[in-house]
Amino acid sequence: MTDSTESTGPTAPKLRLGNGDGWGYAPAPESTDHVELRDRYGLFIDGEFTEAADGRTFETANPATEEKIAEVALASDVDVDRAVAAARRAYDEVWSQLAPRERGKYVYRIARVLQERGRELAITESLDGGKPIRESRDVDIPLAAAHFFYYAGWADKLDYAFPGRGARALGVAGQVIPWNFPLLMAAWKIAPAIAAGNTVVLKPAETTPLTALKLAEIIREAGIPPGVVNIVTGAGETGAAVVQHPDVDKVAFTGSTEVGKLIRRTLAGSGKHYTLELGGKAANLVFEDAAVDQAVEGIVNGIFFNQGHVCCAGSRLLVQESVADEVISKLKDRMETLIVGDPLDKNTDIGAINSRAQLDRIEEYLEIGEAEGAEPFQTSCPVPERGYWCRPTLFLQASQSHRVVQEEIFGPVLAVQTFRTVDEGIAMANNTPYGLSGGVWSDKGAKAFRVTSRIRAGVLWANTYNKFDPTAPFGGYKESGIGREGGLAGLHAYLQPEAAA
Amino acid sequence: MSTTGTRVESPPIDAVGVEERVARLCSRSIKKDAKLQALHLTLSMIDLTTLEGADSEGKVRQLCAKALQLHAALPELPHVAAVCVYPALVGVAKRALEGSGINVASVATSFPAGQAPIEIKLLEVRKAVEAGADEVDMVISRGRFLAGDFAYTADEIASVKEACGDAHLKVILETGELGTLDAVRRASDLAMRSGADFIKTSTGKIKPAATMPVVLVMLEAIRDHYLRTGEKIGMKPAGGISTAKDAIRHLVMVRETLGQDWLDPDLYRFGASSLANDVLRQIVKQRSGIYQSFDDFSL
Repeated sequence: MTDSTESTGPTAPKLRLGNGDGWGYAPAPESTDHVELRDRYGLFIDGEFTEAADGRTFETANPATEEKIAEVALASDVDVDRAVAAARRAYDEVWSQLAPRERGKYVYRIARVLQERGRELAITESLDGGKPIRESRDVDIPLAAAHFFYYAGWADKLDYAFPGRGARALGVAGQVIPWNFPLLMAAWKIAPAIAAGNTVVLKPAETTPLTALKLAEIIREAGIPPGVVNIVTGAGETGAAVVQHPDVDKVAFTGSTEVGKLIRRTLAGSGKHYTLELGGKAANLVFEDAAVDQAVEGIVNGIFFNQGHVCCAGSRLLVQESVADEVISKLKDRMETLIVGDPLDKNTDIGAINSRAQLDRIEEYLEIGEAEGAEPFQTSCPVPERGYWCRPTLFLQASQSHRVVQEEIFGPVLAVQTFRTVDEGIAMANNTPYGLSGGVWSDKGAKAFRVTSRIRAGVLWANTYNKFDPTAPFGGYKESGIGREGGLAGLHAYLQPEAAA
Repeated sequence: MSTTGTRVESPPIDAVGVEERVARLCSRSIKKDAKLQALHLTLSMIDLTTLEGADSEGKVRQLCAKALQLHAALPELPHVAAVCVYPALVGVAKRALEGSGINVASVATSFPAGQAPIEIKLLEVRKAVEAGADEVDMVISRGRFLAGDFAYTADEIASVKEACGDAHLKVILETGELGTLDAVRRASDLAMRSGADFIKTSTGKIKPAATMPVVLVMLEAIRDHYLRTGEKIGMKPAGGISTAKDAIRHLVMVRETLGQDWLDPDLYRFGASSLANDVLRQIVKQRSGIYQSFDDFSL
């Protein structure tokens, strides 16, 4: 291991890694020529695009420029009622009557069109939500298609998925999704639901409705029977109307723990099925026997992926004291190479913060962290003048009692703490109200398995981070939620558990 | 045989993580001015190489002429860093390149296998330097290294370094024979601690040669050595880098691992025989918008 004491002092060797110095990368913006965006988008109900009953709309903007992209219909209770009625009718008269193999064909068709229109969807996602094109192109869209492919395969094999237990759909699913992975979350929700034979009413987030509405176009073009998938846009009130609607059989929500708690209270006694995927404050544990450079890469992916707008982000770095100086110094160097800026530039690593409100929230935490006594570090990367930006940030010397350690920030802000022993590291990792995810870095296989088995979280990665696959269940312990999405568990969540064979 | 086996302290390497990092670095998009700059930089970093049993004085003179004038239609291009030949042809190259600022590099130490007594290797090095070699590219005894005899490898490098005198020493690890990235890292650390001025991936005679994961691990070793000692060791990937696109990916990797200081022919070299013409073709394309035939560029 590097002896860090030799490299300290005023003449310590320093790497020139910044982005404004010497040979740099010219802008490499993705062309938007072939992307058609309308000025106005309606609700997608019963296979048709319609205005809201009361004609209300809201604006969706590009967070990198603060410019309006489109007007979108704002669904009220009346519209949600219409959407649920359409979903009920489609369930009763069409979708539940269809041969499972035919249902599968439709789902496959959605997957294929998602792939065909991948570039257009990636650009739309980056325009509307601010995420770097590298991620929307390489992660969001391919994974969304993969979810449809995966669940399409189950559509006619439900009896084999849960042998001897029968497989009956639940009916109408009301689904509310967040703004961090707009199309991917829509896929996580819609694919298992309709493959299992349910019909859905989906409410996308108000800051990122466009890819869900493009998905509606795709669903229409793919000839999915009207009413099987309905998409109603709006903010919290629209979401509440979906969740509370008496004719909804199942609620699936991904979002904040605060809203999740509210939903769980609302649903008490209603007889509705539900899955909640909520917040997180995951620990990324780096042990002294880790492959340091690869661990640093994992730390970066863990917290700076998608601007840190990731519920399973590795937002707490716990590093063993014996290697803390080396890891932190290498982490700072690596962070200097991160490029913040235009989400459509293929070289951008960190795009725009999704909204003004979210930037305010992150900035509030930056003040809180400093006031609590943690030591902030930000890179020197230039950021554009307009739009919502946050440089990659560390809070060094953070403590378990600090709010920046305990609370979810949902931004590119990493709280850094040290531990001495394996047991202490595990105890710190578990000392949180959340339990969604976690990471362990050690070159010793046995240690990695032992530690991951002792962390109470739904998803654990060893020597990697933020790896997603439709076959793997995803979900949380404690205040991170209830139920699982993805894999067989995710399919099960859309079927009657007690049905007899 | 020495069995003392010096313990070489090197960090573990996670091969999967290295491949992922490489994939991410390869996703950088280098266009327009940045590309043109990179292409010029690449030319200035090339060690134009011929290492064939059939090499003759005529072949070497032809290669030197190419080094002196890469493309007559583009007179303002930078010159390559060095011409790399076998020891017997160093004198020919030296005369052909006199006054040009282009170095003569010579492989030595029973290149490429290195299976000769140490005395003969050292004699070969001295002869190459006497004949005018500015740089010596040695091979390590991979057999001894893989057998765990690190002390032998360290001593071998140190004695070759001594025999080099003022000539720069590049140490070829022949990573294609080392088997794991852990071994690549250990050999890199060993070479740097034993006197290497440059570490070099391959002889070009073994495949795989300069793969991106191998180069990344070596760059990280150089970075850690620099941060610990303040000493800047150079890097030379060799073998298999034949396109401008490959070369630019290397420059991206250097920029984001070692920083700007290493984007310099004094610290980064490409060992290549056909790379220069692809780079020239790309430069012409950047300027004119048209790809020219390979026959428009001299051998």
